[in-house]
Amino acid sequence: MGMTMTQKILAAHAGLETVTAGQLIEADLDLVLGNDVTSPVAIGEMKKMNVEGVFDKDKIAIVLDHFTPNKDIKSAELCKCAKDFAYANSITNFYETGEVGIEHALLPEKGLVVAGDVVIGADSHTCTYGALGAFSTGVGSTDMAAGMATGKAWFKVPSAIKFHLTGKPGKWISGKDVILHIIGLIGVDGALYKSMEFTGDGIQYLSMDDRFAMTNMAIEAGGKNGIFPVDDLAVEYMKEHSKKEYKIYEADEDAEYEAEYTIDLSQLKPTVAFPHLPENTRTIDEDFDISIDQVVIGSCTNGRISDLRAAAEVMKGRKVAKGVRAIIIPATQAVYLQAMEEGLLATFIKAGAAVSTPTCGPCLGGHMGILAKGERAVATTNRNFVGRMGDPESEVYLASPAVAAASAVTGKISGPEELGL
Amino acid sequence: MKATGKVFKYGDNVDTDVIIPARYLNVPDPQELAKHCMEDIDTDFAKQVKQGDIIVADKNFGCGSSREHAPIAIKASGVSCVIAETFARIFYRNAINIGLPIIECPEAAKGIEAGDEVEIDFDSGKIYNRTKGTEFQGQAFPEFMQKIIRAEGLINYINNK
Repeated sequence: MGMTMTQKILAAHAGLETVTAGQLIEADLDLVLGNDVTSPVAIGEMKKMNVEGVFDKDKIAIVLDHFTPNKDIKSAELCKCAKDFAYANSITNFYETGEVGIEHALLPEKGLVVAGDVVIGADSHTCTYGALGAFSTGVGSTDMAAGMATGKAWFKVPSAIKFHLTGKPGKWISGKDVILHIIGLIGVDGALYKSMEFTGDGIQYLSMDDRFAMTNMAIEAGGKNGIFPVDDLAVEYMKEHSKKEYKIYEADEDAEYEAEYTIDLSQLKPTVAFPHLPENTRTIDEDFDISIDQVVIGSCTNGRISDLRAAAEVMKGRKVAKGVRAIIIPATQAVYLQAMEEGLLATFIKAGAAVSTPTCGPCLGGHMGILAKGERAVATTNRNFVGRMGDPESEVYLASPAVAAASAVTGKISGPEELGL
Repeated sequence: MKATGKVFKYGDNVDTDVIIPARYLNVPDPQELAKHCMEDIDTDFAKQVKQGDIIVADKNFGCGSSREHAPIAIKASGVSCVIAETFARIFYRNAINIGLPIIECPEAAKGIEAGDEVEIDFDSGKIYNRTKGTEFQGQAFPEFMQKIIRAEGLINYINNK
């Protein structure tokens, strides 16, 4: 029996010819990631272990992006703990305010992950790097500690679900709409413990930023990882950003899948996930009238340059509706700079939006845009759980950057078409 | 190894943001986290939970963020075991790694109600509902997993080896 793309990468990193779903393996790690919330817990665990330092100072990334720029004294202490550890262990890839970006946008941009890698990160959205053809998955702080110490992690080899994408998506359909559609289809535990493998001719119409948004949200369907085949576009991206050697793995023709779905991208409509689960999806043409108090455009899902371009195209020459707070957060310093050079930031500011330095901030209700009781936000983030962005009685609606921008202008959940675009 | 306690019952998709909201993640101290455990869906939990009590839930318990603070908060609250129909995978791994016993058992998740008194035998995987007089068969805990739990987590377990 053949192997899926994910199984092939895992087999190679475990020194095995073949692996099968359900098998327990120990794999070599190419990168171990942590942030300001999870690293301090991992550092505490690692101190308990009888080990001298980390397995490889070049294969660890510590990215202080969640509560930064430090939002309070306690957060500052967490960051200081992570920084002291990074300096003491000469960690090469340590990023703090000024250089930092949101981890899952930053690592591919810095070329730290390439096709064929195995990556664990103490952040659930570590699954993002599957867009490059890597196996990457989120773990907790203890696994991060063990990974930093030994360079290895154990895995149960996942089975897989195949998503065959066909057709060309319409102008305002982004990767976010595709993944929200899929989560709506299979549910928040539809891919529990499994790989989500995306294939098909439709992939050629998805930019790398679209793909990052899709693999990023594999976890919102319960998936262990999401992964794309490595095509010319992915190779071009890696050559532009990385000096690391990449390795392309392809699923075998006879690989086994637990389920297969075919999705015609040309039929998709802008999609919004209603509170309080990413599976509560509706398309923008359904009949609803929901006024909003805030819009957030950013995050590890949708804070990349094409996301900001889409938002700016919608907001150009328009104004944010009175009574709505629009917050734009470029995911990395490079995205921020590029958006500035392209004039996108001027568009946002002229429209009456606030533009922030990179941070995860409001996505997880940390800072930089917390909601009061009863307030509603349209966000390009990835979770709309109870209390995610603030008060337990606030609401988050997940959408693409274009829908979020259009909603900022109208003051209610709207698609770009409503503005005649 | 056994556990006995009163049940707190929840539904599908209890996510790690409600188990421990991110606004409290700037302090990783287990006792501080326990003070806010479950507060966004159950403001009484932290006040009422007693040492040994048990959480029973339906599908996909612990979905969302990878924060290990979530099982840590539950464990520090005194909870002796979480039983669910299914668990989200990162939570499952984290719970074992920090030494919080968890059992997947769809029948028990359906047959146990809030306030029931439940006894769990980790050696046999048997779950006994004292209140209703019913019994369920969950998966037994392999010895290495019981050792991880007794050692209060994977790291201590590795160090003890």
